[in-house]
Amino acid sequence: MDTREMKGIIETLLFVSEKPLTIERVVEVINKAVGRDVIRSLFNELIMEYRGCALQIREVAEGYQLCTRSEYSEWIKDFLKIERRSKLSRASLETLAIIAYKQPITRMEVEDIRKVEISGILKGLLEKRLIRIMGRKKVLGRPMMYGTTREFLEYFGLKELSDLPQREEFLSMYDKGSAKKEEEKEAELFDNNSH
Amino acid sequence: MDYKVKLEIFEGPLDLLLHLIKKNELDIYNIPIALITEQYIEYLDLMKALNLDIAGEFLVMASTLTLIKSKMLLPSPEVEEEEEGEDPRAELVERLLEYKRFKELALELKEKELAEREIFTKGGVLDVDSARKDQDIWIDASIFDLLNALKGLLETLSEDETKEIFIDEITVSEKINFIMERLEGEDFLSFESLFSHFRNKIEVIVTFLALLELMKLRMVTVQQISPFGTIRIYQAV
Repeated sequence: MDTREMKGIIETLLFVSEKPLTIERVVEVINKAVGRDVIRSLFNELIMEYRGCALQIREVAEGYQLCTRSEYSEWIKDFLKIERRSKLSRASLETLAIIAYKQPITRMEVEDIRKVEISGILKGLLEKRLIRIMGRKKVLGRPMMYGTTREFLEYFGLKELSDLPQREEFLSMYDKGSAKKEEEKEAELFDNNSH
Repeated sequence: MDYKVKLEIFEGPLDLLLHLIKKNELDIYNIPIALITEQYIEYLDLMKALNLDIAGEFLVMASTLTLIKSKMLLPSPEVEEEEEGEDPRAELVERLLEYKRFKELALELKEKELAEREIFTKGGVLDVDSARKDQDIWIDASIFDLLNALKGLLETLSEDETKEIFIDEITVSEKINFIMERLEGEDFLSFESLFSHFRNKIEVIVTFLALLELMKLRMVTVQQISPFGTIRIYQAV
């Protein structure tokens, strides 16, 4: 299989894929000893080739996606007869922001920052699959810990978590020894697949 | 008027404090605690008067404020005034700053969300619209902005014009219909114009409660162009 054929396969998979297409998935489908780097560079070539097209390929949620460009959104909205507006309430966005930057985090810890009860909001975010249960914290009562999902990245058009706005400044402001903190947090996690 | 609005006011005491700080153009690092406490309690009283469900967190914050206020009144030892003795407000300020930061981050997320709404994919678009059955209220204007507007409105009405005779005759459901009728065929309604004909406090308050109920039912959204700007009421689409 030459690279031209492989690129064709990738383009086709992008067209039919309902979710952002990951490199892993492509490797799995092609089922050949193809390096991830090769696939990645083919994705990048495709992105370049689409530069002049009405459609675009972009990196989102740890994968790649074939999608429209924002300059055509009015036409699409008229065609589909829909109106798209911001759908998350301020309370939901605030809760989501806290979870995104401080994950994994328990409900109590979020409430401590917002000083508001949030169980209803958490339920809504879980239903929308923007957050998930990541395990339980090893403290009294073993409260559940929450984190963001791949859908969260997709919903906000983020490539990965490090793509969050001002993440660097945020980390340096909150956790002085952030690397160590991360390790500690990892250690607190278990029953990872309990949901 | 035995009507209790169980509006889920997700906005909490920190929101109210930030609202007051912004409104009074105060320095967050040097909050005049007496002034803030007084205004904070005024809002709580107003919420109580409206029979709004006040979350316990609001009361906890009220006592925290009072505690800080009393600590500030204690004479500090003159000698080591500069160096020693932590400012009793320090912890509160830290809390406010942390929360404010997350509010800003939430705004950035919202911008991303809006940008993302302009891009379409073949399938797999996370359809939040259809999953949406929760009780979240989308308001650009916060509940405190509304209370603030209501306060202004009530202050312009003089006491003596209020005659209790009308009390039983005005109901929230009547006012709900009234608001929906006013919105019929209009893009939006300004907060002022909604209340402009009323001469009587009870009528204003009942209409206000009707507005909150409509927001809770997601039949209207309330938006503001700028903080403390004019409030507009939109029929929800």
